[in-house]
Amino acid sequence: MSDLNSNIPEGELTNKWTKFKSSVALVNPSNKRSIEVIIVGSGLAGASAAATLAEMGYKVKCFCFQDSPRRAHSIAAQGGINAAKNYQNDGDSTYRLFYDTIKGGDYRAREANVHRLAEVSANIIDQCVAQGVPLAREYGGLLDNRSFGGTQVQRTFYAAGQTGQQLLLGAYSALERQIGMGKVEMYTRHEMLEVVKIDGKARGIIARNLITGELERHFGHAVVLGTGGYGNVFYLSTNAMGSNVTAAWKAHKQGAYFANPCYTQIHPTCIPVSGDHQSKLTLMSESLRNDGRIWVPKKKDDNRKASEIPEDERDYYLERRYPAFGNLVPRDVASRAAKERCDAGYGVGASKLAVYLDFKANTERYGKIEASKAGIHNPDKETCMRLGTAVIKEKYGNLFDMYAQITGENPYETPMRIYPAVHYTMGGLWVDYNLMTSVPGLYCTGEANFSDHGANRLGASALMQGLADGYFVLPYTIGAYLSKEISVKAIPTDHPAFVEAEAKAKGILDTLINIKGTKSVDHFHKRLGHIMWEKCGMARNAEGLNEAITEIRALRAEFWKDVRVPGTSDELNTELEKAGRVADFIELGELMCIDALNRNESCGGHFREEYQTEEGEALRDDVDYAYVAAWEFKEGVNFELHKEELKFENIKVAQRSYK
Amino acid sequence: MSTGNMNLTLKVWRQKNNKTTGALVDYKLADISPDMSFLEMFDVLNEQLINKGEEPVVFDHDCREGICGMCSMFINGRPHGPKDLVTTCQLHMRSFKDGDTIVVEPWRAAAFPVVKDLTVDRSAFDRVIAAGGFISVNTGNAQDANNLPIPKMQADAAFEAAACIGCGACVATCKNASAMLFVSAKISQLALLPQGQPERYRRVQSMVAQMDAEGFGNCTNTGACEAECPKGISLENIARMNRDFASAKFVSEETV
Repeated sequence: MSDLNSNIPEGELTNKWTKFKSSVALVNPSNKRSIEVIIVGSGLAGASAAATLAEMGYKVKCFCFQDSPRRAHSIAAQGGINAAKNYQNDGDSTYRLFYDTIKGGDYRAREANVHRLAEVSANIIDQCVAQGVPLAREYGGLLDNRSFGGTQVQRTFYAAGQTGQQLLLGAYSALERQIGMGKVEMYTRHEMLEVVKIDGKARGIIARNLITGELERHFGHAVVLGTGGYGNVFYLSTNAMGSNVTAAWKAHKQGAYFANPCYTQIHPTCIPVSGDHQSKLTLMSESLRNDGRIWVPKKKDDNRKASEIPEDERDYYLERRYPAFGNLVPRDVASRAAKERCDAGYGVGASKLAVYLDFKANTERYGKIEASKAGIHNPDKETCMRLGTAVIKEKYGNLFDMYAQITGENPYETPMRIYPAVHYTMGGLWVDYNLMTSVPGLYCTGEANFSDHGANRLGASALMQGLADGYFVLPYTIGAYLSKEISVKAIPTDHPAFVEAEAKAKGILDTLINIKGTKSVDHFHKRLGHIMWEKCGMARNAEGLNEAITEIRALRAEFWKDVRVPGTSDELNTELEKAGRVADFIELGELMCIDALNRNESCGGHFREEYQTEEGEALRDDVDYAYVAAWEFKEGVNFELHKEELKFENIKVAQRSYK
Repeated sequence: MSTGNMNLTLKVWRQKNNKTTGALVDYKLADISPDMSFLEMFDVLNEQLINKGEEPVVFDHDCREGICGMCSMFINGRPHGPKDLVTTCQLHMRSFKDGDTIVVEPWRAAAFPVVKDLTVDRSAFDRVIAAGGFISVNTGNAQDANNLPIPKMQADAAFEAAACIGCGACVATCKNASAMLFVSAKISQLALLPQGQPERYRRVQSMVAQMDAEGFGNCTNTGACEAECPKGISLENIARMNRDFASAKFVSEETV
C-alpha cells in the first residue's frame, strides 16, 4: 500500500536508533563551518536545534516572527514533560513510555519514531537540568514527578505550572549563547513566506522583515521548519495569537506532503468561552486532573450552585465510565465525555457548555497529611482545608490565579468550570525517520511535523517531542544529508530561483493590499473557525464535512474578493501579516475536512460519528485505515493522497481501553 | 453570553515609526463587556478603525495568557495597568468603570525605542542574555539529572527568579529606566544553583557590562520595578547581583 519511503533503519526496534547513530555519515569540523542551516521557528524544537547545530559547528540562521526567540508559544506549555527515568520506581521503562504513546495515539503513529522518542526522553531531562532549568524537587533534593493522562506511572517532570516556560528559557539561553558567540545569526520579527528550491532541493527561504516590510533572501544548505501547530485554523484555540501554518503551508505548496491534517487535539480542561469578543481560549493544565475530580449534576438542567449539590447528586462521569484510569483518561476520551454530558443537558454555568473540575476532596486529603506532619491529630475539616489549600497553591498557584483573573471567580472556593478547546495538532508535514519532508533538504521538527503522536497526543509529550527532535534527533539525522552536500558552495541569492520565489511572495502581499474590500481579516478568520469547530471539531460526519468543504471554498473566494487590509506592505503592518496567515488557514481548513472525510473510521482526536461502538467509543478500522494519509498539493488548491502503511511489529494492536 | 455596557474614552499613543514623533489620539468605545480582556477591548477598537478605513493600533501581544511577555502597554501611568501581578493580556475590563478615560502609551526607555504605536524594541534584553545569561553546557554534556541533588528551598528560590517573563515592565516603570530587576533575576537563578557556580562571577560581570552598554539606567532603590512586576520578581535579586558583582572583583581571577 505504501508509496512513501519512511527510511526506517533495518533491525530490531530497540537497536534501530543506536545502530543509526553509529553508522550515519559524519561531517568533519572544517566542513561544518562552511555549511549553512536555516531554522525557522525558535520554540522548543527550533531553538534547541539551532543551539545544538551551532555547538556542533554548523553556520546557523534562525528566524522567528516574535520580537524575541523567548516568546515562542512553547513558553505557554504548563503541565510537564515526560521521560522514562523510572525515578519513582513504579515500573516505568523506555518500552512502557513507547507503549503508552503508541496506544495513546490510537495506533496511528510509527513504531520506530516513537521508540526513539522514548529512548532519548531521559537525556532531555539531564540536559535541561544541566542548563539550570529549575524543575520541581523533593525535600531530598531529587527531582519530583507527577501523573498525566493515559499512563499509570509517574513520569512527568515539571516546574510548577510553567514547565514550558522554564524549558524554553533553557533552550533560549543555549541559543543566545551561540548568538553571542556569533555562531547563530538571529532574525527576530521575520516571517518566512516562501521556501526556495533549486534542482529539487530546499536551498533557502524568502523572509519578510516585519518592521520594514522588506523581503529578504537567505541561502541554506538545508532548511528546518520548527514552526509549531495549526490549531488557530479554528480561530479560537489555546494557541498564541500569532501561531500560524504559513511556513508549513508554503512548504506544502512547494512539494512537502501534509500528513494527517484532520488529527486535532481538543483539550478537555480549558476555561469556557465567555462571549463573542473572545480572542483566544486558555488552558487549565492537565496536571490539575491529578488532584481535581470532574463531575456534573446527576439531574438535568440543575441550576443550583456547585456547593449546594450534595455528594450523592453528583455524577463523576469519568470515574464511572473509566474506573481504571478515572480522571486521568487521555485527552480525546475526556473531551468527548464532557461533550456527551453537555449535549445531553447536564452542562453547568450560564452557557451550559461546561463541567466542574473540583479540588475539594484532594485539598482535604493533603490537609490531613500536612496536619499529621505538623503533629495535629484528628484535625477538624477547616484545618484540613486550610493546610490543604496551601499545598494546592504551591502545586498549581499560577493556574488558579489565571483562572481567577479570567473568570472573576475564586477556584479555591468553588470548582472550576471547564470545557474542551482546540489545543494541539498531531498532523503536520510528513517526515521520514530522519525528520526530512518529501522535499530533499527540507526538515520539519516538533509540533509542525506529524511524526510521533498518532491520532492523539498524551499530555506532557509535546515538550518531550520538541526537545527530542531539536537536541537529540535532528542534529544526527541531518548529518546524513549534509555529509553529501559538503562540496556545494553557498549559492548566491541572485540565483533565478530566489528571484522567482521573492516575486511570488511579493505578488501575494500586493494582491492582499490591493483587494481593498469591505471586511476585516478577523471577520474571515472567525467565520472559518466557526465552520471548522462545528463541522470538523470534536465530532465529525460525512454530511457535515461535505458541507464544510463547500462553505470553505466559498469563503476562500469571498476572502480574495472582499478582504480589507489597511496600510502598505513596506511598514510594520499586522493586518497584512494576519491576512497572509488566514489565507493559508482557509486552504488548510479545506484539506483538514477532505482528510477527515477520507478517513472512514474514528481514532484518537478524529471522531467520526458514523464509526463508534455501542458505548460511544471510537471505532477504528485497522484493515483499511492503518496508514498515514500524506497529501500532495496540486495546482489550484487540489490535493492527492499518498499512503504510508503503518506496521506494528512490536505492539499488538488492540481496541484502546481505559476502563 | 455577556453583552457589554461600558462606554470608554481611550487616549492612545500613535506613532508611525521610529523616525516620526507621536501623539495621543482620542477614541470613543461603546458597549464594552467587563468580561473582555484589555487586549480584546483593543481588538474591538481596531475592528472599528478598520471598518472606518483607518489604520489599526499596532501593539505587541501573543500568548494572551500572561506568560510570553510580549504584551507591553503603559496604562494610566502603570505598566500592565492598575492590577498587581497581571500582564496587560490578563487585565480585564471589570477592573475599569463605565465612563472611564484610559491613557495607553508604549514602554518609555532609551534602550526600548518605539517601533510603531505601542510597539517597542526590547532586543536589548536578548543581548544582555547573550552576554552571559546561560550555563555553558553543550547538548550531550550532561550527567544524570539526579546525580546532583539540590535542596528544595534553593531550587524553589531559583525557580522564583526564573519566573521572569522578560516583558520589560521593570524598565518602563523605573524613573532611571534601569533593567536591574530583569538582569538580576537571571543572575540570581543561576547563582542559586550548583550548575551555575563555575561561571558565576564571570557571568555577573559580562551581563552588567552589556546592560550598561545598552543604555539602561542605574538603580536607586526605589522599588517600583518590584511593585509593578507582573510575576512578583523580588528586589532581593538586585541585592544578590550587587553582592556578586562586588565580590567578582575579589573572588574571580578573570575580569571580563
